[in-house]
Amino acid sequence: MAVLTAGEEHSGSRAAPRTRKRATRVPPVVIAFVLVPLLAEAFWVFWPALQGFYLSLTSWDGVSAPRFVGLGNFQEMLHDATFRTALLDTVLWLVLFGGLSAVLGLGAALLLQQERRGVGFYRAALFLPVVFSLVATALVWQALYQPDGMINRVLGGVGLGGLEHAWLADQDTALYAVIVPALWRQIGYVMVLYIAGLKGIDPVLYEAAKVDGATLWQQFRNVTLPQLRSVNAVVLSVIIIDSLRSFDVVWSLTRGGPYHSSELLSTYMYSTAFQSLRLGYGSALAVVIFVLAFGVIASYLVRAFKEAD
Amino acid sequence: MNAPSRHKWATAGFHLGAGGLSLLWLLPILLVLVTSVRSFDDIAANGLGGLPHSFTLSGFGQAWSDGGQQRALINSLLVTVPCVLVTLALASMAAFALSRYAMPLRRTLLLVMLGGNLLPPQILLIPVNKLTELTGLFDSLTALVLVQIGFGLGFYVFVLHGFMRAIPAEIQQAAVIDGASPVQVFWRIILPLTRPALAALCALSFTWVFNDLLWAITVLRSDAKMPITAALIGLQGQYVSMWNVIAAGSVIAAAPTVIVFLRFQRHFVAGLNLGAVK
Repeated sequence: MAVLTAGEEHSGSRAAPRTRKRATRVPPVVIAFVLVPLLAEAFWVFWPALQGFYLSLTSWDGVSAPRFVGLGNFQEMLHDATFRTALLDTVLWLVLFGGLSAVLGLGAALLLQQERRGVGFYRAALFLPVVFSLVATALVWQALYQPDGMINRVLGGVGLGGLEHAWLADQDTALYAVIVPALWRQIGYVMVLYIAGLKGIDPVLYEAAKVDGATLWQQFRNVTLPQLRSVNAVVLSVIIIDSLRSFDVVWSLTRGGPYHSSELLSTYMYSTAFQSLRLGYGSALAVVIFVLAFGVIASYLVRAFKEAD
Repeated sequence: MNAPSRHKWATAGFHLGAGGLSLLWLLPILLVLVTSVRSFDDIAANGLGGLPHSFTLSGFGQAWSDGGQQRALINSLLVTVPCVLVTLALASMAAFALSRYAMPLRRTLLLVMLGGNLLPPQILLIPVNKLTELTGLFDSLTALVLVQIGFGLGFYVFVLHGFMRAIPAEIQQAAVIDGASPVQVFWRIILPLTRPALAALCALSFTWVFNDLLWAITVLRSDAKMPITAALIGLQGQYVSMWNVIAAGSVIAAAPTVIVFLRFQRHFVAGLNLGAVK
């Protein structure tokens, strides 16, 4: 008979020695249960990932054999103006897209946290875009951004006609014009995470704060924010990972253009690899994305490690 | 001002604020719905942002048949449905083994699997593209299904593991004493008890896989095999400035996930929280 891990953790000291002795005997079928998925992931993820790191040290056109160039690709990045733009845009994306979706998502959650009449509809309205593909989202907004589209119409209608222009074709506005649809879709998601967090706060804390005469702002500062610390950590990880992965919305709106003005590392990596067929350099760009994400991945795993215990 | 009337004002203020926000949020969706039923001539004459003067479903017809959305939608479902089913089956098997048995290295295995899912997909794109060429799977829907399964597994294993771990050991022990095999314990006891988490992950992974673009354009080449997201980009190129067709295509592409969301809203939201906060 195999031993249940849950039992092992919760049973008292009396049973502990016995369970430990039997713990080595896991039925073969159970081993197969974990091996099959593990092999599937190893084949499509771990093995390719190792290759990806290796390829970043090569120059490769995908046809002839990869040529080892050491850190040559990374040295090239230092002089690559497009890389610098993409890196800067990625950081800007992280700060603007990430920061705004966190703040506005929290704001929406605070507004819609209470169970009251109609709140389900409001939540669903803010949440609906989350289920759209970013490609569909992008096309919706592309229609809004057209020269004869809704946004310019409204601007003209309220007497701000001077601001009308081709939002996506202008190098100065393209990146921001792409961030807005991404935000439109992300805020509902962050809101859901925060609503769950807010519901987990013990109401007694607020009652105590009210008895002490705390204002609404003081309650938010001294009760809500500290209590949301673990949700904040989750939101931060989600935002950073999502920012670095962001691809669909930019690809379908601008492909990184005009003149790389909305280029992110992810779009630059894709076009370098699959359009310019510089697979080695593309891999090196992917490694940069990995390095930027590494801190988040590591802290996420450390947290998961504690919980899995 | 007395208390009840202040309360009434606060409620009115809440509905005004929340309602306005919701309207602002729904406006782009409404606009696309309206655009999708306008005629091309109407849009050309009155502008994309102008008031509609026509009603026709021809945009849907064009997107559906000439634009290839029908085939693309079928492709998407051919990828998404098997992918969700197989991923959840494999993930629940692994989660069962790791959470209910004293597997050696179980914690390490769990985190390695989760770590694989946290990797930025960009690091995998080129090798996976070459791997599908090497195995002769390049440009096939099978390749897309397999890649999606491999990449998604870690996350689902992690979530299901957390869920299964909370099931009391006594239930399983009783079944084992009655002579149940591990497979029976898994199938008859643990899986039924994990149903809420499975439902949540099912709703969530359906939208994730259905909405994917990056993996599709990495392992597929022919237009006839592209799923709906990639086909939508193609539609945009094919019907430049025919906004009624593009809008109709977007509606077709968004409909399945919106239906899943409206039907399984509770599970869907639960899934997001399971994945993140747990």
